Amino acid sequence: MATQQTQLLARSLLAPAVVLLFIWMIVPLAMTVYFSTLHYNLLDPGTESFVGFENFRYFLTDPAFLASLRNTLVLVGSVLGITILLGVPVALLLDQPVVGLNIVRLMVIAPFFVMPTVSALIWKNLLMHPVSGLFAWLFRLVGLEPIDWFNDAPLFAIILIVSWQWLPFATLILLTALQSLDEEQKEAAEMDGARAWSTFIYITLPHLARPITVVILIETIFLLTVFAEIFVTTGGGPGLQTTNIAFLIYSQALVQYDIGNASAGGLVAVVIANIVAFFLVRIVGRNLEA
Amino acid sequence: MARMVTIRRVVVSTAAAWLFGFLIFFPILWMILTSFKTELDAFATPPSFLFFHWTTENYATVQERSDYIHHAINSILIAGLSTLIAMLIAVPAAWSMAFAPTKRTKDILLWMLSTKMMPPVGVLVPIYLIYRDFGLLDSRAGLIFILCLGNLPIVVWMLFTYFKEIPKDILEAARMDGATIGRELIYVLTPMAIPGLASTMLLNFILAWNEAFWTLNLSTLEAAPLTVFIASYSSPEGLFWAKLSAASTLAIAPVLVLGWFSQRQLVRGLTFGAVK
Amino acid sequence: MGQISLQGVRKSFGPVNIIRGADLDIEDGSFVVFVGPSGCGKTTLLRLIAGLEDVSGGKILIDGKNVVDVPPAKRGLSMVFQSYALYPHMSVRGNIAFGLKMAGLPRAEIDRKVEAAAATLNLTPYLERKPRELSGGQRQRVAIGRAIVREPKAFLFDEPLSNLDAALRVQMRLEVTRLQKQLATTAVYVTHDQVEAMTMADKIVVLNAGNIEQYGSPLELYERPANVFVAGFIGSPKMNFISGDVARQYNAATIGVRPEHLRIDRDGQGWPGTVTVAEHLGSDTFLYVDAGKIGTLTVRYVGELDLAAGDPVSLSPDPARVHRFTEDGTSIRA
Repeated sequence: MATQQTQLLARSLLAPAVVLLFIWMIVPLAMTVYFSTLHYNLLDPGTESFVGFENFRYFLTDPAFLASLRNTLVLVGSVLGITILLGVPVALLLDQPVVGLNIVRLMVIAPFFVMPTVSALIWKNLLMHPVSGLFAWLFRLVGLEPIDWFNDAPLFAIILIVSWQWLPFATLILLTALQSLDEEQKEAAEMDGARAWSTFIYITLPHLARPITVVILIETIFLLTVFAEIFVTTGGGPGLQTTNIAFLIYSQALVQYDIGNASAGGLVAVVIANIVAFFLVRIVGRNLEA
Repeated sequence: MARMVTIRRVVVSTAAAWLFGFLIFFPILWMILTSFKTELDAFATPPSFLFFHWTTENYATVQERSDYIHHAINSILIAGLSTLIAMLIAVPAAWSMAFAPTKRTKDILLWMLSTKMMPPVGVLVPIYLIYRDFGLLDSRAGLIFILCLGNLPIVVWMLFTYFKEIPKDILEAARMDGATIGRELIYVLTPMAIPGLASTMLLNFILAWNEAFWTLNLSTLEAAPLTVFIASYSSPEGLFWAKLSAASTLAIAPVLVLGWFSQRQLVRGLTFGAVK
Repeated sequence: MGQISLQGVRKSFGPVNIIRGADLDIEDGSFVVFVGPSGCGKTTLLRLIAGLEDVSGGKILIDGKNVVDVPPAKRGLSMVFQSYALYPHMSVRGNIAFGLKMAGLPRAEIDRKVEAAAATLNLTPYLERKPRELSGGQRQRVAIGRAIVREPKAFLFDEPLSNLDAALRVQMRLEVTRLQKQLATTAVYVTHDQVEAMTMADKIVVLNAGNIEQYGSPLELYERPANVFVAGFIGSPKMNFISGDVARQYNAATIGVRPEHLRIDRDGQGWPGTVTVAEHLGSDTFLYVDAGKIGTLTVRYVGELDLAAGDPVSLSPDPARVHRFTEDGTSIRA
């Protein structure tokens, strides 16, 4: 809707960002595709050879892949469940008249700003240590046997840490959405004789449907690639118990230096992420029209 | 809206909210407390909450033993410069898409968003090899570059949603008033956009500061920011809890403060405007 | 001077033609109102004159000079936006002065002009305030102040009163008209409100679907509408249209009678009907009459009339005031 002169200027201003992102997306991806068809190991230089889909066959049939896929799904699903099932009530609570709400908000949001390596190590040592950790002391206080988190339930321990990091995100988004809920809608429901519970079910929850979807999609994007928390706590172990796809690919690439196989795995990860991204882009796109 | 809320309700919800807030915040609080303990007190069972021998020697040791300052400077440089460069590229792009949109603008925006969704692990191998061949491993420039590109879509999106809210009428009024594009930028657009620019920079600084995939994989010592510095405590040295806590407190303190300032803009930035 | 001519001006966005070829001469010092339903292209036409949009074809002459390639600022026009478009970070003084500052006027002269404009608009006490601290009417005044201070060849108004409440709208309507007469500067004013058009304009341009339907003084449009569209758009309440046998008696495909030109007979001759709704305003009485095959007719009676829903009436048109239209809607002149 602007004049031609501005259109021309606009296009030249847009170009650098588009070109950079295009290169950033295409070049490494093309290389990954290329490497994925090679037998290529950095420890074994000079033996590169074309193997077609051999790497994919190997990666996808590797028991480690199935284990890591399962771990990835359990991790993503559990964290989503925990953050949303807790996030909705916390957001509802913070939407109530609360004295000192600003301070409470700060406390709730804080974990989101803690770098992943810090939160993982603090939880692993200060809280979850089987002997001296705070949880162990609490368990003994109520007469229970302390859990050796990282040996007996390593994946669950990681799930707890990651949930703690992402709960603020879910809460904050849901709270923002709640605050945008038209007060008159609730009043109309009240005039119609709806009790608090019915108001929640018929008015509030449908209003939250969209933000919840957004939370699910965005968290999924990030949770699919959880890495640092595993890297500094369990290193994927014991065995493969906490190896997710991201960590599996990392260890194939930078521990075993198997470039071909890691590239094939990388592409599998891209495909999985794209399935989620497809839905997220559609939701965001629809919002862009409005 | 304008109805009296019963005292009882306020008391109950206040108590519940504070309890929840405290529980969620507790690990951070516990870390800060532990950082002021002696190593002996840090391990003590039952744990002491406030009545221990307060000491700041851990902070001194952390700096002495692992050169905290070096890594903090790396973090500041990497997060700061990657944000700054991303802004330089993104401001013109977002400006043009917000104020001179074409039929393709929406597609471009969504495409940018989709680049953010590519899992970094999918391109770990080529990036690692490129960096190795160009000598960018463990270099600040390499990390600045990759974090800048990684955050560029978010920066463009945030700026776009801010610019979108500036009424077009006002810019047209400036044009009618005889302002050239340059003067329009200086006198009208920039003053109106400053809050949006500031919070975009803040959020992206935080994201870059906390980034822990590329930093862990592409740097070891020279260029290592605080994420990597803390990760080094996962080795047996991590058993020195008080020092781990002191190092961690130092590593998160700056962004915790910045983050608290930017929390209102956070939602918009992280949901690409899908939730306001 | 501020004489504006449009010659075959066209505007299309892709395949969509917004303006289909507009020819128009706006005399210096006159107040011209573009009026039409939403989507008729009136705002686009104004923005083409302003230079905020490029024309797809045709010429725009300002004082005889073709300005289609001249950027907005150099056309010597100023504009008042629907949203007022005040700079939120500048004071009232800063807002009014901005155009002069851009033109590079000396500081003292800017101050003098800004203060003079502020005095004209009763804004002097608010000069140091920010727009958000002002009421809707005051913001409106600032927007006008910003326009007059530059002493333009013409003012362009884009539905400037539509965000004000009804009472304030009437007041501002008067003020704008008075100010324009006082400054004797050409004004082009866009509105969808035909009452605003009738009350403010020296001449009205009625637009519909990208075409200029008619250009003339308010009373010309009221008395001699060029076609069915203009006849229906100008006048409130709307003109009654009747087709079929009744129209054929008048040798027309359709006839139009304004509500104020229907005579009411309680038991006399004319078209029989029943009152469905009667609105008593004191000064006027509006009747909605179900006249069987003729349809529903609106009647305006000046003064109070003691009729209620259900009462039978007979209606007959003032024969001198019957408008006749052909099949394609153009007026038939006797």
